[in-house]
Amino acid sequence: MTQYLMSVYYVEGEDQPADDVIQEMYADVGALNKKMQDEGAWVFGGGLHTPDMTTVVRADGGEIITTDGPFPEAKEQIGGFWVIEAKDMDEALDWASQATVACRGPVEVRPFQDEPEG
Amino acid sequence: MPDASSIAEIFKEESGRAVATLARRFGDIDLAEEAVQEAFVEAVRRWPEAGVPPSPAGWIITTARNRAIDRIRREALRDERQTEATRLLDGGEPEEIHVVEDDQLRLIFTCCHPSLAVSAQVALTMRLIGGLQTEEIARAFLVSETTMAQRLVRAKKKIKAANIPYRIPGDAELPNRIRPVLAVIYLVYNEGHVATSGDDLGRPDVSADAIRLARLLASLMPDEPEVVGLLALLLLTEARRPARTGASGELIRLADQDRRLWDRRMIDEGQELVRACLRRNRPGPYQIQGAIAAVHADAGRADDTDWEQIVALYDQLLVFVPTPIVSLNRAIAVSETGEVAAALEELDRLDLADYHLYHAARGDFLERLGRNQDAAEAFAHARSLTINETERDHLRRLEEEAIRKAR
Repeated sequence: MTQYLMSVYYVEGEDQPADDVIQEMYADVGALNKKMQDEGAWVFGGGLHTPDMTTVVRADGGEIITTDGPFPEAKEQIGGFWVIEAKDMDEALDWASQATVACRGPVEVRPFQDEPEG
Repeated sequence: MPDASSIAEIFKEESGRAVATLARRFGDIDLAEEAVQEAFVEAVRRWPEAGVPPSPAGWIITTARNRAIDRIRREALRDERQTEATRLLDGGEPEEIHVVEDDQLRLIFTCCHPSLAVSAQVALTMRLIGGLQTEEIARAFLVSETTMAQRLVRAKKKIKAANIPYRIPGDAELPNRIRPVLAVIYLVYNEGHVATSGDDLGRPDVSADAIRLARLLASLMPDEPEVVGLLALLLLTEARRPARTGASGELIRLADQDRRLWDRRMIDEGQELVRACLRRNRPGPYQIQGAIAAVHADAGRADDTDWEQIVALYDQLLVFVPTPIVSLNRAIAVSETGEVAAALEELDRLDLADYHLYHAARGDFLERLGRNQDAAEAFAHARSLTINETERDHLRRLEEEAIRKAR
């Protein structure tokens, strides 16, 4: 089994969907979460607040510096994610296909490294 | 006694199956590939004196399997991870490894997995399925051997990291998954058919490799008409190669080719495959392009070409592939039915300003309509958009001809 991060992206500045679409989206994502849990794929997941709610912390020469986020200077930002466990990439891609339909946005699938031994 | 190049030929034929079989057996493409590579080195060392073994395929698989087990044993000792080695080595002699035809198909789908970039798919397919050396693939795509080696390493790393499986897709996903496989083979063929740069018009050995891959795929999936259609298309296109260039390497257009030079055997095989596809009645883009090539092959002289039928086939192709390139080819076919003005109107609606063959076709139509000055400009523009020297020479001649007529 391999664990995969499935990140949902949204593009800053693009029009937000109408309220009823958002409600449908929540319902679809909820149903998908349930399905993942039932089939043993679910590890963790959730939607995130917008990037302007973030804070960046970093160590700079022994000093801890805390600033307003987000860290990546990109228009595309993570809006939410799942961590799933799947037999292989094809199974992960099957979940991702359902995820992109449910959350109405592109989903990036990225494998976790194996846990270090020992 | 075999020399190094004939040993390389044998490996090109046989190593794909060995890699696929060992990849299934050990669940590790890298290990399988390196083991087969080591078997190759061993063969180059031994065969010149000992001769080619009675079953080269069996020798390669056995030798590579032993090398793989040696490697697992070494790594197990180093890592103290005994499980796999113990499982493989307990009970004395390792068991016989059987070749399963499906193994190669599995590996093809891994190499052409949509998670991989097209350049990685092509490199992996040529290396693992086609059995080409990294240096040969680098030469085919005009990149350095280091670049190609890195591309292969990255691609294999991704297969491992993402746990891209080694399996034949189910019926539901098959159409989507066959598409990149066919695209990779077609891309390899085209790289050999018209090199994108350099002095020669093509590299025949690269085309031959693509046809070999298409043939393999067709033998593994005989019930997929698009696979058969691709093989037909490649054979019918390749059949014209001897007539495509003149004595000094210059490009000769289809209309001007000496059709007696066409390879009859390839045409017969291609046409038979096209007919077999038509009987299945499950059309697709490669089959239709194969059918178009078959119509050309039917014509003993260029003037005998059934252009009406070709226009009809392009109409069908547009349903599957509604791109400006297909529309361009359709317009060329329309012009050949005698409707040159209508064909020019079709061209003017297309958004292909950066494509040299668009301007070449435009020049041709304009010249046939007597607008020689405009034609010369179109040919000159076409020439400025390609870096293939053979094509540039051809376009220069057309331009000079149009200028001469304009005077």
